[in-house]
Amino acid sequence: MERYQHQQQYRQLAAMRRALFDQGYLDDQFIQLEELQDDANPNFVEEVVTLFYRESTRSIQNIEHALETTPYDFVKLDNYMHQFRGSSSSIGAKKVRYECTQFRDYCKARNAEGCRRSFHQLKREYSTLRKKLEAYFQFARQTGPSETACRSK
Amino acid sequence: MEVSGYPSPRTDAFPAGLRVLVVDDDPTWLKILEKMLKKCSYEVTTCGLAREALDLLRERKDGFDIVISDVNMPDMDGFKLLEHVGLEMDLPVIMMSVDGETSRVMKGVQHGACDYLLKPIRMKELRNIWQHVFRKRIHEVKEIENHEGFEEIQFMRNVCDQSEDRMFSSANDLASGKKRKDYENKHDDRECSDSSSVKKTRVVWTVDLHQKFVKAVNQIGFEKVGPKKILDLMGVPWLTRENVASHLQKYRLYLTRLQKEKELTASFGVMKHSDISSKEQNGNHCLQSSVNMQQTNGSCGISGNKTAMQNIDFEIHEGDLKSLVKVPMVDANNGLGGDNTDSQRGRRMNADHSFRKLDSDVKYATTIPEQYMWSAEGSEVQANQERKQPFRPKPGFNPMPLPSLHQNIQFDCVRPTPSFVSKPSNIHNDKLGGSEKKTIFVKSVSHGNMVDLLPVQPQSELTATTSQEVLKPDPSSIVWSTKNQRAADQIFASNMESAQRSIDLVGGWGLATWEENQQGCLIEADIHRLTQGLENIESFSYNEAGIISEASSYLYDSLKFDYEMPLEPMEYSVIDKGLFIV
Repeated sequence: MERYQHQQQYRQLAAMRRALFDQGYLDDQFIQLEELQDDANPNFVEEVVTLFYRESTRSIQNIEHALETTPYDFVKLDNYMHQFRGSSSSIGAKKVRYECTQFRDYCKARNAEGCRRSFHQLKREYSTLRKKLEAYFQFARQTGPSETACRSK
Repeated sequence: MEVSGYPSPRTDAFPAGLRVLVVDDDPTWLKILEKMLKKCSYEVTTCGLAREALDLLRERKDGFDIVISDVNMPDMDGFKLLEHVGLEMDLPVIMMSVDGETSRVMKGVQHGACDYLLKPIRMKELRNIWQHVFRKRIHEVKEIENHEGFEEIQFMRNVCDQSEDRMFSSANDLASGKKRKDYENKHDDRECSDSSSVKKTRVVWTVDLHQKFVKAVNQIGFEKVGPKKILDLMGVPWLTRENVASHLQKYRLYLTRLQKEKELTASFGVMKHSDISSKEQNGNHCLQSSVNMQQTNGSCGISGNKTAMQNIDFEIHEGDLKSLVKVPMVDANNGLGGDNTDSQRGRRMNADHSFRKLDSDVKYATTIPEQYMWSAEGSEVQANQERKQPFRPKPGFNPMPLPSLHQNIQFDCVRPTPSFVSKPSNIHNDKLGGSEKKTIFVKSVSHGNMVDLLPVQPQSELTATTSQEVLKPDPSSIVWSTKNQRAADQIFASNMESAQRSIDLVGGWGLATWEENQQGCLIEADIHRLTQGLENIESFSYNEAGIISEASSYLYDSLKFDYEMPLEPMEYSVIDKGLFIV
């Protein structure tokens, strides 16, 4: 019975994970991270994602701050977003990364309105991803570390 | 030196244990890369700041085999780091960025990156990075082998290298000395302990060789060049691909710096002096002034009284341009008048048009053309060409056409040519007649040497410049060359060691090239030889470059400029002259 329950959980977790890819939140880079996880670093993926939260929070703050002052310093904004984009590429945050690219395009075009809009969109994507990932990791912890570690696509 | 021995790990395990330094300001990536590299069995050190990385590299020389660096970092541009690493540590550097724009990648390659990885980076890409280390090793071995047969040349090279070493450490900061040491160390460990064999691997890029190189680059097209192609085109049998590659790298760096320098200069509101196409430069006033100052000090300065020299320099920077201008005049007059009792003044002037043109303004005595002590051919060329210079006197100043100024400056020069270096004692101490000495100067040295040396520790032996080959093919450049010669000889003569003075001279150079419209008149003086035998003095060809400049604000500003920004701009100008295009 317990074993059955465990299998259920496992399937549920796999489905959650699957959805993250299917819905375009994550890309192959996330799989890379999973492959890097091993006995030496059993929580590697989660650790990296946590680092990503920290970095991206900082980036978002920087950008928010920069967007408060007008006229916009597009070079600065572009730099911040470059950083953000780098971080999001590290965990394979596909949608977020796409929004970063959009934002940078607006920066290059010096389109202030576009920047604002895409930043808004970016934050939304970011918080969605974060919620989904947090839920996923929490559930993974419940299910047991070994499954997360060994799971492949 | 450290015990670590050859920078690469135990050869049997290679590439396992490859020592990698990862530099990225993004901790997320740092963590991922670290893990990936560890999975490849590499030894990983991570660093979140470029400056920290540089410190680490300097501190633990021979501690790493390869560097992976992000392009965008807040404290230091990744390209800058790349440049430092390339120049100081001679390590392969892989750049990485989330940006894959061609221009960025190209910039990385131009700065000497051996690879450019796009984020997200995959492990399979990292697994393969050992190839860069391996490739480098192969080339090092090849170089040594290839050079075995060239004993004669090598001897020369060794000598050259020694001087080059000095140049290096004087021109750059201490860290570059490390690079040399590292370099040697590697070879020591791998090859043998014979230090001479270590040095065999370096190639002296003579003017001639460099011309071939540049020709090849131009033929191929700058965007498409690769060491192999250049090597093939150059057709120099003993040259290796690695030699060319490293020269190409320096050449590219040079071009980049040139660009930076342009920007810098532009921001100072001065003419872009490094512009190759600078057609008519009106004067090398500053250069000549400073040269002249030194000469004016002849008796004291040349005999080694540095204080006196510095005083003069100080005057210059005080902005007392009047007096600055006057001194050389007086001196020049002496020289021209020929009433030289002083041995230093025992020079003969070679009159030329520019000088005469000035007469009216400057009230100089007409100068008497004098035969150079150079080889007959050389002096002929020189004299004639000087006369051909289309001087266009204007009230108070003499515009001086320097059509190929740049060209000349750029003749190679990071490396002294063998003929010169192999006879250092000659140059320094011999009491030979001018002709031989001059031949040496003329044949061998190139301007850049001098400039290179100046900043910290001018080596007078290396400073004489202007090759005869340079003079001959390009008549229009003659005047400039002569000046270089002068400047060089002056330095040579005074054997100056004070950095201040070198700065001054460098400033002079820079100014000379910068100022297109500077007013002032140029007294073209010439190369004289010493007729008497003070040991030190005698061995230099003593050149007079008189210049009367209108108290040009440029002069002052530029000098000041060089003083105020002692290191960086100088480095640029050093490099500027240290590499060379034709």
